Amino acid sequence: MRKTFSKYGAPLAMASVLALALSACSGGSSSGGGGGGGGDASSNLDGRGPITYVQGKDNSNVVRPLVDKWNAAHPDQKVTFKEQSDSADQQHDDLVQHFQGKDTNYDVVDVDVIWTAEFAAKGWLQPLKDKLAFDTSAMLPATVKTATYSGTLYAAPQTSDGGLLYYRKDLVPNPPKTWDEMMSMCSIAKQNNIGCYAGQFQKYEGLTVNASEAINTFGGKIVDDSGKAAVNSSDAKTGLGKLVDAFKSGNIPAEAITYKEEDSRTAFQDGKLLFLRNWPYVYSIASKTDGSSKVADKFGIAPLPGKSGPGASSLGGHNVAMSVYSKNKATALDFMKFMTSQETETFYATQGSLAPVLSSLYSDQTLVQKLPYLPTLLTSIQNAVPRPVTPFYPAVTKAVEDNAYAALKGDKTVDQAVADMQSAIEAAK
Amino acid sequence: MSTKLPERTQAKAKAEGHHMPGRESADRKQVTQGRWASLLLLPTLVLLAIVIIYPVVNAIIMSFQKDAGLNAATGFFEQGGAAGFDNYAHWLLQQCNGQACPPGTIGSQFWSAFGTTFFFTVVTVALETVLGFWMAIIMARSFRGRSAVRAAVLVPWAIPTAVTAKLWFFIFAFDGIANKLFGTQILWTGSEWPAKWAIVISDTWKTTPFMALLILAGLQLIPDEVYEAAKVDGATAWQRFTQITLPLVKPALMVAVLFRVLDALRMFDLPYIMTQGANNTTTLSILVVDQIREGFNSAAALSTITFIVIFLVAFIFVRFLGANAVGAATSSGKK
Repeated sequence: MRKTFSKYGAPLAMASVLALALSACSGGSSSGGGGGGGGDASSNLDGRGPITYVQGKDNSNVVRPLVDKWNAAHPDQKVTFKEQSDSADQQHDDLVQHFQGKDTNYDVVDVDVIWTAEFAAKGWLQPLKDKLAFDTSAMLPATVKTATYSGTLYAAPQTSDGGLLYYRKDLVPNPPKTWDEMMSMCSIAKQNNIGCYAGQFQKYEGLTVNASEAINTFGGKIVDDSGKAAVNSSDAKTGLGKLVDAFKSGNIPAEAITYKEEDSRTAFQDGKLLFLRNWPYVYSIASKTDGSSKVADKFGIAPLPGKSGPGASSLGGHNVAMSVYSKNKATALDFMKFMTSQETETFYATQGSLAPVLSSLYSDQTLVQKLPYLPTLLTSIQNAVPRPVTPFYPAVTKAVEDNAYAALKGDKTVDQAVADMQSAIEAAK
Repeated sequence: MSTKLPERTQAKAKAEGHHMPGRESADRKQVTQGRWASLLLLPTLVLLAIVIIYPVVNAIIMSFQKDAGLNAATGFFEQGGAAGFDNYAHWLLQQCNGQACPPGTIGSQFWSAFGTTFFFTVVTVALETVLGFWMAIIMARSFRGRSAVRAAVLVPWAIPTAVTAKLWFFIFAFDGIANKLFGTQILWTGSEWPAKWAIVISDTWKTTPFMALLILAGLQLIPDEVYEAAKVDGATAWQRFTQITLPLVKPALMVAVLFRVLDALRMFDLPYIMTQGANNTTTLSILVVDQIREGFNSAAALSTITFIVIFLVAFIFVRFLGANAVGAATSSGKK
C-alpha cells in the first residue's frame, strides 16, 4: 500500500511542483520583436478620446492631482491613471507584457530612462515626429538624449536626477573640484579617523552608475553614439583605475564594496565619511535636525569631482512615452505636453522633490528655497552623460557591473576588466 | 502514515472504478462507473492542462526559437526564427555567437550557477535535516508548553522568504547585528565564502521548522508500545534510536528531504535579495530571471534545463532512495 503512494503520489506531487516552477518562466510569449515602424506607428495619429496613463506607484501623490486637473479641463478626453507596483523590475515587465499583447489601453506610459531605447527598438513607442512632433528645446540636452534612439525622439523627458558630492564642510572648507584633489584631501579623513570617499559599489545597478561615471569623467565611453561597445580605451581604463586605486589605498573604505544608496547614506549621516557620491534625495534626510543625522549642519554639496572640472554624472529620471498601439494619439500627445509643462514640472519639484527637466526652473527662487540643491544639481545634469542608450541595456549593465566589481575587488586587473566589458557588450546581439 | 495510506489508496481505487461491489453485472457497472469517473475528472484535467501542461509545452517550444535580434540597418528588433538546439548549446557549452561567452555575460555563468545551486542544496538540506530531526525529537516529548514551542518553531517558516532575506540582509550588513555581536568586521556580502555561509545560515533558519514538523509527524506515528517493548528487551537509547526511530521515521523523512531538495534547487529569493548573486552566489533560478530581461527564448531553454536537472534529481530520489525507505520500513516492521 505504501508503495502505491511512493510510486505515484510523490512523482505526481513532484511533477506539479516542477511544472509550476517552469511555468513561472514562460510568462512572455514568443512574439519578441514588433518589427517596428509598421502600420501601428502611422495609424490613429488624429485620434482623440479617453486614454490611460501608466506609471509606477505614485508614492508622493503627484499624479492623481495632475490627472484630476487634466480631466476637469478635458471632459471628453479623460485620462485614467493605472498605477503599477513600486518595484522598477515589475514595472518594466508589466509594460513588456502589455506591449507584447498590443494593448490599446496602455496609451501613455512612464518609462525609466534606461528602458527607453529597448522599448523603441522593439517598435513599441510612437516616434515623436511630423504630426506628433514634440518640442524639447527648453529641456536639458542630456535628458533629451535619454529619450532619443537612433536619431529619433521616442519619448519626452519628464523628471531627471543626477549625482551630487556630499562633503563635510566642517572638515573641508572648499569642496574638491577634481578627483585627484579629492584624493589628496583624504589625509584629512585619516586624521579624523573616518573613511574618505564612498559611492555605491555593491554589484547592482548602482555600480553601473558609479563605474560609468568614473569612465565617462575621464573621457571614456561605454558605448558610442551608434550603440556599439566602445569601452576598451585607455580613458576608460584610467577612469575605472581611479576607483580601483582608491579601494587599494583605503581612500574608499573596504566596506563600501557592500554599499547601496542607503548604506552609503547611513555611513555619511553617522559621520563615518568625508565625501559621499549620492542622489539628491539624501539632502533632506541628512539635514534632519531630530538627531537622526550627526552631520545635519556640517555638510555641503558640490558637483561631482572630475578630471579637471565637474565630473560626468550618470542620469536618473523618467521619460513619458506614447504606445504605438494607442487609438487616441492626438490626445496622448497633448497629455504628454501637459505632463512636461512648466506648471507640472514645478508641481513635481515642490510636491514630489522630483528634479525638473526644464533648465529655467533650476533658477526659480521659490523652488530653490524649497530644494536648495537645485543649482548644484543643474551643474551635475548639464555635465551628465546618460547611462548607455542601447536596446541591450540589461546585457550592457551586467557586463559593466560584473567586470567592474571584479576589478574593484582585485580579482581582475583594470585592463582585463575593461577588455571583458567590451567583449561582453559585443556578445549582446 | 501507515494507518492513513490504505484508506487513501482505497479511495483512489474507488474513484478509478476498480472497486467492485458484486460479481454479477460487474462489467457493466464498471464501464458506467469508469465513464462517470472520467467525466468527473474532466474539469480537473482541463484545468491542469491550462495551468500546467500548456505553459510547460509552450516554454519548451519557445526554447527552440531564436531570440529577437537587432537589425542594425533599421534599429529595430526582428523575429529570430527557429534556433534548433542553439539555445541549449549556448548554456551547456557556454557559447555566445560561436565563441566562448566572455565574463560579464549571463551565458558565462551557467556552470558556476549550477555548482552553486547544488552546493546550497546539499549543505542546507543536510543542516536542516540534522537540526530538524533534533527539533522534532524535542517537540515529540511531552512537556509543559509543548504547543507553544511548536507554534513558536513555525514562526520562521511563516515569514515570507523575501522578508526573511531582507531581515538577514540587515543582520549581515557591515554595520549589522552579526558583526556587532561577534565583534568582527567581516564583509558578509562582499566576498565569496562569507556570502555563501550567510545564505546557508538564513536558509537553515528559515526552513528547519518545515523539516522539523514533517519529521515530527513521522515520529508521532510510531506507537509507544514499540519503544516499551524495546526497553523491556534491554535496548539502549542509541539502539532504540537507530533500530526503531530511524527506520520507522524514514518514509516521512525521505518525503521531507525530497521536498526540501526540490525547493532548494529552485532557490531564488535569499541570494537574490541578500547578494544579488554577487560573489558566486548566483543560482540557476536567478540566472533564469536575469535572462528573461535579455531574451525569453533563451530563458525558456535555461528553465527547461533546470527543469530536467531537478526532475532527474527527484527521479533518483524516488526511484532509489524512496524505494529503499519503503523496503527498510517493511523489514523492520517484520522484526
